Parts: sequence; structure tokens; C-alpha cells
Amino acid sequence: MSEQIKNPNSATESKQELTNWQKIDQMEADIERQLPKKKRKGGMKFRKIFGDTAGQVFLTILSIIWVIPLFYLIVQSFRKEPGAWSPTFFPQEWTLDNYKRLFTETPFLQWYGNTLLIAICSCIITALFVLCTAYAFSRMKFKARKPMMNIMLILGMFPGFMSMSAVYFLLKILLPENYQSHASLIIVYSAGAALSYYIAKGFFDTVPKSLDEAARIDGSSRFRTFYKIILPLSKSIIIYTILTSFISPWCDYIFVSFIMAGVPDTGMYTVSLGMYKWLEREMIQQYFTTFCAAAVIVATPITALFMWLQKYYVEGVTGGAVKG
Amino acid sequence: MDLSYYQLTTSQRIKRKISSFFKNIGKNIRDFFVNIFKAVIGFFIGIGRGFKEFGLNFWHGDALTKASHFVLGLSHLFRGQIVRGIIYLLLEAAFVVYMVLFGGNYLAMCFENFFGGGNIGRTETHNYWNEELGIYDKMPGDNSFLILLYGILTLFVIIFFVMVYIGATRESYILEQYYIIGKKPQNLRGDIGQLLDNKFHITLLSLPMIGLFIFTIIPLITMILVAFTNYDAAHEVPEHLFQWVGFDNFTNMFKSESKLGATYWRVLSWTLIWAVLATFTSYIFGMLLAMLINRKGIKLKKLYRTLFVATIAVPQFVSLLIMSKMLDTGGGVLGSGGGIITQLIEQIFNFHLKFGIDINTTRICIVLVNMWIGVPYSMLMCSGILMNIPNDLYESARIDGASPARQFFKITLPYMLFVTGPYLITQFIGNINNFNVIYLLSGGGPGDILLYTDGAKGTDLLITWLYNLSLGASRNYKLASVIGILVFIISATFSLIVYNKSSAVKGEDNFQ
Repeated sequence: MSEQIKNPNSATESKQELTNWQKIDQMEADIERQLPKKKRKGGMKFRKIFGDTAGQVFLTILSIIWVIPLFYLIVQSFRKEPGAWSPTFFPQEWTLDNYKRLFTETPFLQWYGNTLLIAICSCIITALFVLCTAYAFSRMKFKARKPMMNIMLILGMFPGFMSMSAVYFLLKILLPENYQSHASLIIVYSAGAALSYYIAKGFFDTVPKSLDEAARIDGSSRFRTFYKIILPLSKSIIIYTILTSFISPWCDYIFVSFIMAGVPDTGMYTVSLGMYKWLEREMIQQYFTTFCAAAVIVATPITALFMWLQKYYVEGVTGGAVKG
Repeated sequence: MDLSYYQLTTSQRIKRKISSFFKNIGKNIRDFFVNIFKAVIGFFIGIGRGFKEFGLNFWHGDALTKASHFVLGLSHLFRGQIVRGIIYLLLEAAFVVYMVLFGGNYLAMCFENFFGGGNIGRTETHNYWNEELGIYDKMPGDNSFLILLYGILTLFVIIFFVMVYIGATRESYILEQYYIIGKKPQNLRGDIGQLLDNKFHITLLSLPMIGLFIFTIIPLITMILVAFTNYDAAHEVPEHLFQWVGFDNFTNMFKSESKLGATYWRVLSWTLIWAVLATFTSYIFGMLLAMLINRKGIKLKKLYRTLFVATIAVPQFVSLLIMSKMLDTGGGVLGSGGGIITQLIEQIFNFHLKFGIDINTTRICIVLVNMWIGVPYSMLMCSGILMNIPNDLYESARIDGASPARQFFKITLPYMLFVTGPYLITQFIGNINNFNVIYLLSGGGPGDILLYTDGAKGTDLLITWLYNLSLGASRNYKLASVIGILVFIISATFSLIVYNKSSAVKGEDNFQ
């Protein structure tokens, strides 16, 4: 920092820098020229084929390693022998009983329904909040815009979990009868949704402003412009927002375990909390294979959704960063 | 960017951008503080102007305007904006009732002992002689945590009301001007129309902001203030009151000779080591994998991609829990079966994998398992960007006889590091806060009573420690809040490095 104070004239500095860079390049080019050129004539084609085959084999092995744990999960869900640990990778006897048991003896179906309900409600609220916030910050001009965005940036840097104890008390005040309920979870998942407006705002920023202006010249109000012109153009970002917020309650453990701590009625749980309990030391011997069956049923639709959403997901995550 | 920049070749440009990026870190940090300083000054100047305007309005206004400085909405009522007037009147009445009956009391109880370390609340729960029943009975006292929560709520209610008040008084002055020149003020329909047009942002933002305010901002500030109290298991509400203690929690945390201090430094250093290892292993290997799949001669590209991505598509509590059970040692008893991986390693290499027993083994396993999830993730991110690297760079390198390794280190890596720099920082911060991988894999264990205290264990990150402190056996909310604040400071520092650098911030300047 002191250097910059000493040398405030940045123009000369950059000139210096340029010449330095040129010097380095010159030197590198010189060195390169002096190096002996490698001789390769006939080996070229062989090398390419060899490289391709090696790459193919390597990729196959690697992808097998990568999929093995998931494959293990699937085959274990068909295992007949009880207990947590089996000495072999494949079960000795195959059965569908684990799935049958899942739906008849355990509250899994209830958990599934709970999670589905929570996911649908919270994804609707989240999508609404995110789109409204993003549009307001992307298109509207108002005094508090910049300060609000900065405050939200700072809020996002606190660990989201930190405020949970206070949220718990707040829920106790607001819903005194049933603060350990699905309504609480929906609130927890969606109330702060405005904080994740960045990706949607980035998208709205790329929609040409001339569209808005043309609509406004034709006498359309802001509301109509948003509703009739911008939203129909933003299908991809709406899908992205809805799907990510739909998936998150299925994957969340930390918040649900906090809100539902000490609830005696296991029927209230979501899938992640209930299934986590099955793997605790007292339950695992009895429930391991059931866990695997449940995991297959939960993971299949979520995995399919993610695969479908992959493209939007990559765009969303890298979109802001890559253009740099 | 000066003109000479455009004379450079692509590779020189990239080099120069990278070097200037690192050169500018210092400048960015300085700019950040300068900006904060400017914002603070601007804020105070704004307040000063507001006061001046407020005073002038009051001074120059007629009797009705003056009166509506005391009874809000009075001039609205008499000058044609009846609904607005009623709303302002009701708001003022509600505010007065709230402050007198509820808020004022809580605000006083919350902050009356702020300096000097007194109680939050006045009466503690105590036993008293119940004459009717003839027994000792419990008399419930004040709940310190609720007092804190309500105190902060009241502070915000006051700020909100002051804003309403200033807006209303200014409007009353404007109404007076309208009245003098004989112009008709906007009617109710006009007001509502404005909310869907020029003031559409109010309609859009009100609900999300109320949600954010009640369930994020107020709880967060409450928890930040808890870091300055002694709220823990010994001062559990509602049985006991807790006290303001100033910076005591922070000083205790940083004393490295105390056990708590030592624990903190251990957890912090593992958190940082973990974040670096997790970020870079996933990143480098993910990039190599993406390059391999992108290679021209490789067939079945789509299949490979799908197979790798499957691991991140499966919910983490499923994939990580099954992994942790595959690595389990089977209740810690040697040779009692255990997870399939542990068993296989024992059979093939005759080596007992001490996952969850030995701290270092567990840490290595966690980093490796994280690669299982992290590598496909960065592969997904990198493969698109890799295709964007200008091909002529590689061609000229090949003509000059550069080996593939040299091409990777001289072209691919610098380009990728530059382009994905902000993404990398986000990943790094994400890994500092990576609750799932640690908690679901090892649960923070194995513990070591000699080295760790207050519920921290060998592989705990700050964030999982925070979780244990606020939910686990050792309820220590004050410590949890201190850790939360420290995590914030760490994340903010790393974000600072790329502050001004990301396109999102840059593009903001030429908004509209």
C-alpha cells in the first residue's frame, strides 16, 4: 500500500509494467528457441490412439469408483439378512421386504407427505419473494436500493444457523400452540428467501431494458410490464428458483433437527430427520436396510430433478462469476 | 485499462490481469474502508440535512402543519387526503400505545444495565409461600432472552416510526404548499396506482422485507448481542436471569493459555486447513477430470458426465450417511465387522482403518470423501469454461513444442484461476461453513477430552461446533454467538479480497 502512495502516477507505473512484461516474454521466447526441438514423426498417431485408450480406461475405472457407493446403497436395499454390517458387497439373499416394511411398519409415508407439503409451500413463497426482490433491485430506481443491497450482502455472510435460537423463541411467541410444526419449518425455509436474490437479479439484468422502456411509452404500468413482459421471458430463472427451493427441504438436516428437537411424535418428522434417526447407534442394527430402501425412494426423484435442472444450475452458479 | 493493453497478445493479457489482480488486493481493501468511511459520512450528512429540513418545515408551516407535527395526519385529514390521514393517525396511536404498554418497559429493562454488567430483567424466578395452598410455590420471573428480543424489536419499531413521522410531516408541509397555490393533492386512487407503477418497488419489496426483518435481522442482532452476555446452561431462561458482560467472552476465547482458547485455535486452524484442502483438491481434480472428458478422442462423454454428476444429485444426507456407514468401524471394537470399506481394507491390506477413532485418519477420510462430492461439482462448473479458452493459445504452444503438462500449468491453470477466481472464493467460504460433510460423516468426532473442551471434537469445524453449542449437551449460547461472529469476520475478510473485482459489483456502477 505504501508503494502506491509513493507512486501515485499510475500511468507511468503501468508503462513500466508493460515493458517488464514484454521483457519477460522476450526472454521466454529466447529460451524456447534455444531448446532442442523434440523429434516426433511416426509416433504421433500411435501416441494419440494410446492416449485416447488410456483416457477411456481411466475414465471408466474412475466412474465405476464414483458410482460404487450409490450402487452399494441400491443393492443393500434388497438385502434379506438383518443387521447393519454385511461381510459381502452383494446381499446373500435378495428380497423386497425392506420396501414393504417401509410402507407398512414405519411412518415413512407420513414423512414423505410432510416433506412434500413443506417443499411445495416453501418453494412457492421462496419463488415469489426471490422474483419480487430481484426485479425490484434490477429495474426500479429508489433511494434505499444500494444500501439495502449492501445490507443484504452483509447479512448473507453470517452463518445462517447462528440466529436459529432466536428464531426458535420467535416461533414460540408467534405460534405458541404448535411452534414445532410444519408451519414453522415453512417459515424457516422461506422467510429469509429475499437474501438469495442474486442469481435472479443477474438474469433480469440481462433482459434488455429497451423492452421495459417500449412498454412504458405505450402506457403500461410497472406492474403490467413485470407481469406481462418480463415474467414470460424469465421461464428459465423461474424454473431454477422453484426447483432449487423445492429440493432444499428434502436435503436439509440442520434446521429441521433444531426445530423438531425433542418432538415425541415421530409422525411429524421430515424424511431427512427420520432417516437420520434410523442410523443412530441404537436403531442401526434394526433399520439399516430399511434406510437404504427409503434412501432409494427419496433420492430417485430428487436426482432426476437435479439432472434435468443441471443446465440452469451451472448457469446460475457460474453466471455471475465467469463474465469477470 | 489503457491503450497499451490492447497491443498485448492473449496470453500476455491473461498474465497481466492475474498479476494486477494480486497487486490490487491491497488497494481493494483500502478502497473498501474508504467506501465505508464515505458511506458513514454521507449518512451523517444526510441526517443533518433531514433535521434542517424538518426544522425549516416546522418553522415556516402554518398552524395546521405545526399541529400535525404533534398529531400526525391532521393536515392530511383537512386537506383532502383522508385515508392517508387516518392511516397516519392510527399509526401514531398504535405507536404510543405500544411504547406505553409494552415496548418502553422492555427497552428499559433490556438496556438499563448495559454498562456495568447488570441483569437483563428485574425479578428472577423464586419460591414464595402460597397461603391458599399452604405450600411453597414458584413465582415466575423475567425472561432475559425475551427481554432482549423485545428490546431490539422496540428499537426497530422506534426507527420505523421516526421514518414514518418524518415522511408524514414533510407531506403535511407539501400539502400546505399545494393548498396555497390551489392545487389538488393526489387522491386515494392515484396513491394505489402509484404503488403499481412508479412506487412498484414498495409493493414488490414489502413482503420479502418483512419476512427478512422478522426472521433474519431481529434474530441475528439478538444473537449478536448474546455474545456480550453470559447466557449459557448456568443462566438458562426462564429460571435464571443472565447479565451483560461486555467483551469478556471474546477475551476468554482469545486467551491461548486457557483450555477454551486452545480449543478455539485448534478448531479454527482445522477449519482453515479443511477449507483450503477441500476447495483445492476438488477444484484441481475436477478441472483435470473435465479436461479428460472434453478430450477429443474420448467417447461416451455424456454417460461419464451423468455418472459423475449422480453423486452430487443425490441428497447429501443420503450419500454422506451411507459413506459414513461404509467407513464405520462397527462400534469401535476392533474386528467386529463394520462398514464395507473398512472390512475390505482390513481383508486386503490387513490394516485397520480407524475412522472415527483416530483424529488424523478421520480428517484424511473426510477430505477424500469430500472429493467424491466436490470433484464432480467443479467438473460441472469447469467444463463449460474450459471450452471457452481460445484454441490458438494451445496451437501456438504446441507449435513451440510445449508438453501437455507445460500447457496445463502455463495456459489452462492461469486462465481458469483467473476466470473462476470469485467462484473459488465462494467455494472457500462455503467450505468454511460446510456443515453437512462434517456432521453427517463423522459428527465432529472423534472427541479428545485432553485437547478439546466445551463440546468441540477432533474434526469439528467452527460451524458444527456452533451447532453443538446451541443444541447439543453443553448449551452455551454465548459461546455459539461469539463463534458465529468470528465466522462472519472470516467470511467477510475473504469476500473483501474479491470485493470490487467481481463483475456483479462492477456492473452495478453503470446501472441505468
